[in-house]
Amino acid sequence: MAWAKRILRVDLTKGTCTHEPLNMDWAQRYLGQRGLATKYLMEEIDPKVDPLDPGNKLIMATGPLTGTCASTAGRYSVITKGALTGAIACSNSGGFFGNEMKNAGLDMIIFEGRAKAPVYLFIDNDDCRLEDASGYWGTSVWDTEEGIKEAHGDPQIRVASIGVAGEKGVKFACVVNDMHRAAGRSGVGTVMGSKNLKAVAIRGTKGVSVDDMPRFLKAAAAGKKVLAENAVTGQGLPAYGTQVLMNVINETGALPTRNHRDIQFEGASKISAEAMAEPRESDGKPNLVRNAACFGCTIACGRVSTVDRTHYTVAERPQYQVASGGLEYEAAWALGAATGVDDLDALTFANFVCNEQGIDPISFGATLGAAMELFEDGVITAKDTGGIEVKFGSAKALTDLAELTGRGEGFGAEIGLGSKLLCEKYGKPELSMSVKGQEFPAYDSRGIQGMGLTYATSNRGACHLRSYTVASEILGIPEKTDPLVTDGKAGLVKAFQDATAAVDSAGICVFTTFAWTLEDIAPQIDAACEGDWSVEKLLEVGERVWNLERQFNLAAGFTGKDDTLPKRLLKDAAKTGPAKGLTNGLEKMLPEYYQLRGWSKDGVPTNETVSRLGM
Amino acid sequence: MLKALNIDPGKCTGCLQCELACSFENEGVFNPSKSRIKVFNFHDQGRFVPYTCTQCDEAWCMHACPVDAIALNKLTGAKEVNDNLCVGCKVCTIACPFGTVNYNSATGKVIKCDLCGGDPECAKACPTEAITFVDADWTGLDKMRKWAARTDAGQQAAH
Ligand code: SF4
Ligand code: SF4
Ligand code: SF4
Repeated sequence: MAWAKRILRVDLTKGTCTHEPLNMDWAQRYLGQRGLATKYLMEEIDPKVDPLDPGNKLIMATGPLTGTCASTAGRYSVITKGALTGAIACSNSGGFFGNEMKNAGLDMIIFEGRAKAPVYLFIDNDDCRLEDASGYWGTSVWDTEEGIKEAHGDPQIRVASIGVAGEKGVKFACVVNDMHRAAGRSGVGTVMGSKNLKAVAIRGTKGVSVDDMPRFLKAAAAGKKVLAENAVTGQGLPAYGTQVLMNVINETGALPTRNHRDIQFEGASKISAEAMAEPRESDGKPNLVRNAACFGCTIACGRVSTVDRTHYTVAERPQYQVASGGLEYEAAWALGAATGVDDLDALTFANFVCNEQGIDPISFGATLGAAMELFEDGVITAKDTGGIEVKFGSAKALTDLAELTGRGEGFGAEIGLGSKLLCEKYGKPELSMSVKGQEFPAYDSRGIQGMGLTYATSNRGACHLRSYTVASEILGIPEKTDPLVTDGKAGLVKAFQDATAAVDSAGICVFTTFAWTLEDIAPQIDAACEGDWSVEKLLEVGERVWNLERQFNLAAGFTGKDDTLPKRLLKDAAKTGPAKGLTNGLEKMLPEYYQLRGWSKDGVPTNETVSRLGM
Repeated sequence: MLKALNIDPGKCTGCLQCELACSFENEGVFNPSKSRIKVFNFHDQGRFVPYTCTQCDEAWCMHACPVDAIALNKLTGAKEVNDNLCVGCKVCTIACPFGTVNYNSATGKVIKCDLCGGDPECAKACPTEAITFVDADWTGLDKMRKWAARTDAGQQAAH
């Protein structure tokens, strides 16, 4: 139990939906969600395949805890070969979709091939069928979600869909569920669009059980208590959301600003959690309406916000004058500091548009930052941008281009290439702040050294969620380390990577790990799942998952040479703040990291490592 | 002391732990679709509102039932459905003005909140105290206290 022990295979080319039993041997070794789906993908596709070829597959996967009463246990992930990166992609999302999938008796849905015309998958428990989606093609995530619920006359259906961006091949399109929860990174929505798959709509009412219910209820309750009593998960995140970090990271001197030219943003306080709580002039109300939870989450970090009704972006457009998903730290950073824009309402609006059309605000904002640098350097001009003055600090450029990119139109289509292809196109590849084609998130690795190794070795390209050493280097969780030194970071990164891979395979949210260690998580998994799930076994699973992802990337054509950072971070010293004068010391960390991983000098898992992990 | 569920939507984050707890208590599995309490998400307004039977005194459902399958539990004040008597005619679902009695097609009976026999699981599961189980005669006590704290009457005397 905990696993539904059943997957749905959808052949879009043939138009068939078939249930299959879950491979339980693999489940014991890869747990679920991120790990297990990667195993399926590795076995079923050629890693060299073009991400947009029908030969690529796209997997939606829950974890064994998904749908149970463990805190945050509503997660699912989208696993595929990423359109943005060409590397293994696994994007995790909250909201309520994962729970619905599990309640329809599904651990995973595997999509293969390509539909001849736009379709959506409709699942009502055991009844699964592909429906015509031509009426939704060309419409936003929001309209699609509403339209499908209406068409089936069931407001309780949960929907995950792509917006126009995903249809048009914008490289960082996401899959969005429940209006504003996204499997956001690496272009998983782009792959979905390439399959002519507009949406997945589910109604599941079967119920979810676990292996040892009395023990599980106790373990889940103990876990919730730890979250409630922890300062970050019990107070900071519910009150301020992830945005609590904006001022902290700025003061740390690790807030990448204007395409990483600077490391501190003078406008940070204007786009911070504190600013979101300030009453505004027009109506005396703050930007933040309230916090909100994903399924089963007792933290509730989510933000619900409004844009000032008098703001230029919404004044004439009542449809945006309502509450919707507000700014999280990563989005606020990318739409704000990365572009030099400090207009909170413009950021909030751009964030709405990212949700509405399904684009990753991190890659969008960061790519716009790169475009702004190209523009200011005179490499591109208003002729290239359709007349838009793409200047650092321009709120208008931000909001106009959010809309254009969301629809894949005009210069938005070029932003939609992602920073790597955009900068290459204009002969300035060094201006793309990315690793393996994916843009950095909101931490500058000159000010937080461990994050340099995190980014360089992340299997899905630059990403903070693969090993969030910020927790240790800045917040002191579980132990404080010095953000300005490289010593000890190789071990720290490896430990975070392995533990996180296990958490991402379980069905719970990685934000629990601000308070939970594997000591809190293992008893919940152990009670829920058959087999013995100790901390050691989870770490082993995590390490196995990490190595499997690595093998996928090596087979796809990546090498150790791709474990690097843009020149700007390795050569241009930070100009201000505590890290002033520092570059990232990747070369000091990487060899030690390879060694700890049991990889060769070129970053290839040795035979010994592979057999130790039983792969 | 008779107790009642007291719902404060302003505190609700929409996490559905209450629905999980309710369905587990009543069905033995985690299944929000079988929960007696339902949390509504008014997305455009950023409001979450948990809603369940308020055990009204008039109890239209109870009076409407043709086979007396719904009865008052004198200890808890709950109007409880007796599965052995319920014939699944759904008359109660029509009679209840609030929609809090619903049909369960899996069993052919209706389901509604029975206050878990006097120890509501939803209230225990709620992480934000959006649902509490309090003195039925004083469900307004917390709000009164909050507003009382805000009035400045008496402040002068204290200074
Ligand atoms: S911590 Fe935030 S993102 Fe994670 S499950 Fe809770 S509300 Fe969702
Ligand atoms: S009191 Fe019990 S039956 Fe009523 S809504 Fe709460 S959990 Fe459900
Ligand atoms: S458990 Fe509490 S906070 Fe969560 S949805 Fe129910 S009433 Fe709201």
